[in-house]
Amino acid sequence: MAEHHDDSQGHHITPFATYVKVASALFVLTFLTVIAHHFNQTLGVLAAPVAFLIATIKAILVMLWFMHLKHDSVTNRVIFGAGFFFLALLLFFSGLDIWTRVIEFSTL
Amino acid sequence: MSTNSSHAHGGHEHHFAHHFRSAEHEYLTSKEGIWLFMVTEILMFGGLFVGYAIFHNIYPEMFAEGAKYLDWHMGFINTLVLIFSSLTMALGIYFLQKDQPKKAATSLAITILCGAVFMFIKYLEYTHKFEHGIFPGRWLNVEEVHPEHANLGMYFGFYFCMTGLHGFHVLIGMGLITWLLIRTLRGDFNSKYYTAVEGVGIFWHIVDLIWIFLFPLLYLVG
Repeated sequence: MAEHHDDSQGHHITPFATYVKVASALFVLTFLTVIAHHFNQTLGVLAAPVAFLIATIKAILVMLWFMHLKHDSVTNRVIFGAGFFFLALLLFFSGLDIWTRVIEFSTL
Repeated sequence: MSTNSSHAHGGHEHHFAHHFRSAEHEYLTSKEGIWLFMVTEILMFGGLFVGYAIFHNIYPEMFAEGAKYLDWHMGFINTLVLIFSSLTMALGIYFLQKDQPKKAATSLAITILCGAVFMFIKYLEYTHKFEHGIFPGRWLNVEEVHPEHANLGMYFGFYFCMTGLHGFHVLIGMGLITWLLIRTLRGDFNSKYYTAVEGVGIFWHIVDLIWIFLFPLLYLVG
């Protein structure tokens, strides 16, 4: 294990204030999602990307601070990242299959 | 960083399993296992998200019609409740790291309470839909709902599967945190040993993480 810690080192403790700041940012971003939703018509095709961009920022905050990935080992980050990589692969090949299908009618 | 080498807080000392080099080795191994489990969670929910993306692309108007039946206020409140519960979960670990088990227990209790509030709001939403004949797939009551699109049941198939599977995770999480709360009150955890709390914490945060995407997907974008 490359990230082996010595027992005497102890674990990283995220300060109380940091947790509160992260939670506040998550609350603000949730309100922002709803505010953006009220401008749905103006945003048009951008409405969905804006909503998911905000969701992604929120997800990153949760992963780094609440799930402690910021101070976790490289191994654990790679493991979790692999999940998203294979999810992207699933979306890519499923999409490729669905949207390149040619509808053919049997002549039999 | 605890400089306190004695176990002054009454909890019994944790003895790590014989196949580990040290308590730290046991902690790191357990956590790696949890992260592997989290990958399976991402892929399980991911399959539903990919299915949603594909069918949304094929029937965009039908999905837009479906989203109109949802009240975004409910989803919004539930998002705030889950974020707050994630904060209290993280604080539960923080207080154990600081050897303050009473505050940790309070934090965990608040987390369970938030889970209950979330499930109560979900219950209100589900019963409201059932009363109006809204069921998943072919069980959607067409005479009662009068859908513009004949296949509206598909949207609610996704809705009930995704929120149902998520709600099931919330219930399991609540059960696990109750177990943590009992063990915290019993004095099992301290700054030297809180592996189970860290593991369940990661699980609880992924439940929050999934909801962060479900909320805009189902309630707002449609």
